[in-house]
Amino acid sequence: MPEITRDEVAHLATLARIDLDDAELDHLAPQLSVILESIASISSVAGDDVPPTSHPMPLTNVFREDVVVPGLTAAQALSGAPASEQQRFSVPRILGDEQ
Amino acid sequence: MSDLTRTTAAQLADALAAGETTSVEVTQAHLDRIGEVDGAIHAFLHVDAEGALAQAAASDARRAAGRPASGLDGVPIAVKDILATQGLPTTCGSKILEGWIPPYDATVVARLKAAGLPILGKTNMDEFAMGSSTEHSAYGPTHNPWDLDRIPGGSGGGSAAAVAAFEAPLALGTDTGGSIRQPGAVTGTVGVKPTYGSISRYGLVALANSLDQVGPVTRTVLDAALLHELIGGHDPRDSTSITQPVPDLTDAVRLGATGDLTGVRIGVVKELNGSGYQDGVRQRFQESVDLMVDAGATLVEVSCPMFVHALAAYYLILPAEASSNLAKFDAMRYGLRVLPEDIADPSAEDVMRASRDAGFGDEVKRRIILGTYALSSGYYDAYYGQAQKVRTLISRDFDAAFEQADVLLSPTAPTTAFKLGEKLDDPIAMYLNDLATIPANLSGVPGISVPGGLAEEDGLPVGIQILAPTMADDRVYRVGSALETLLTDRWGGPLLDRAPALKGAPA
Repeated sequence: MPEITRDEVAHLATLARIDLDDAELDHLAPQLSVILESIASISSVAGDDVPPTSHPMPLTNVFREDVVVPGLTAAQALSGAPASEQQRFSVPRILGDEQ
Repeated sequence: MSDLTRTTAAQLADALAAGETTSVEVTQAHLDRIGEVDGAIHAFLHVDAEGALAQAAASDARRAAGRPASGLDGVPIAVKDILATQGLPTTCGSKILEGWIPPYDATVVARLKAAGLPILGKTNMDEFAMGSSTEHSAYGPTHNPWDLDRIPGGSGGGSAAAVAAFEAPLALGTDTGGSIRQPGAVTGTVGVKPTYGSISRYGLVALANSLDQVGPVTRTVLDAALLHELIGGHDPRDSTSITQPVPDLTDAVRLGATGDLTGVRIGVVKELNGSGYQDGVRQRFQESVDLMVDAGATLVEVSCPMFVHALAAYYLILPAEASSNLAKFDAMRYGLRVLPEDIADPSAEDVMRASRDAGFGDEVKRRIILGTYALSSGYYDAYYGQAQKVRTLISRDFDAAFEQADVLLSPTAPTTAFKLGEKLDDPIAMYLNDLATIPANLSGVPGISVPGGLAEEDGLPVGIQILAPTMADDRVYRVGSALETLLTDRWGGPLLDRAPALKGAPA
């Protein structure tokens, strides 16, 4: 992979929903290339027969007793919201003009 | 009692139980100390004097009534700012969470409160725990009490510096790749990363779920054990929490404190000691190994060949998990909302992009982009998939090593504390600090860093890391306590006694 271009970084930033200005792109793109170069060696380390580990303690199907416990009140849940209205999160428009 | 701030948590607990002091006195002494030195150290992002004193008064009332809530009832503590504290700001060192006051407590915080420990405040950290120096905090760096021009380690530099500067007897940290152990090493304090899953992560703002672990930050191994026993154990609110009980850790410390290591096999990991490690670090490490052998331990050299790939695996797995975790900062439900300047009627997505640009710092952006890259189609198998396989191979290395040795030893960090600013814009140099600590997170095994003395060339603290198999946390405490005893006997007192007095504070 090593080389990562400025355009690729701009594309990834779009995917990650971060506005990066030109100065930030100039700064980050070469650093990311250096990081990628230093971790690229990993692509040839493990063979097909090695199972992946996603989690250090393999646990599956974790259940709890089906008991009602108190949750947050609406006021608590909304307490950190940038804006709220009628006990709901208030957000900017989701659709564009053409939609 | 003489100086309440220089007393260990265990001694404070005894003094409180004996009625020789009160929690209000102890808590006030630490608040005074914070007032004197934290201007220079900047270990705290938020100090809750009023809340801590109210909790202290309640503790004194419980003690007076003969009903202490726990052995540590009334002993104050500092909490890393990545753990949710109801009613106290929780920023994770980020502008995106500036002013956020959680409506709930992390399980470990709830346990502290139930046990009666007054919470002094929230400690500084690298933004979202990404870093090894605390310089990536959006609120300015913490300074190392041994030399104010140097880093206190990271990401939990605030917790380690608070304990090292006698601002708190105890602190909570979190360790994803070394964020408890490496700050412990460079500040001459004790830090423990418990077995993965043995301490609840509920209310810990996740950096990388499969690696994160809460643990104790203290000045002595016994204090760490007391705190670990208090916060550990199964939590139904964390689906990765394991059900096995926490081993008897204080007992393990008492066994270790005899200084006898007869029959203990200590393995020195060939790959974690050699080139890349500062001379003074290697000297102190060798001295500790020799002392342990003199105390009866059997020395084995073990090889963990896959450890050389740990850093690369970590810097794929961590950014991948972090980029998904941090997607929740979308400017909709909590946190910063910034409206883009050049758009008249911005959409939710425009606002999201502008808010995340304004709210996240450089290192967070670097890792989000890296994680997005590692998870994108076409690269997933070659990099993220490979990293997960390497994780398996590293665990196999540990398994093989623990067949030959009861515990594994290495220096905690390759160097002593470096100068603030020195590595700030060189990500790879920064990442290399966690070379020796990362394998434990990838595999889930427990580890401790104990002070190993001062490096000859710069007079700064060196940490010795002890790792044990999963669920054998008692072994890191036993051997850590033994090494602590052997070294403090040799020094004639704790290492922190040799730290310079801080300006503006009585010696």
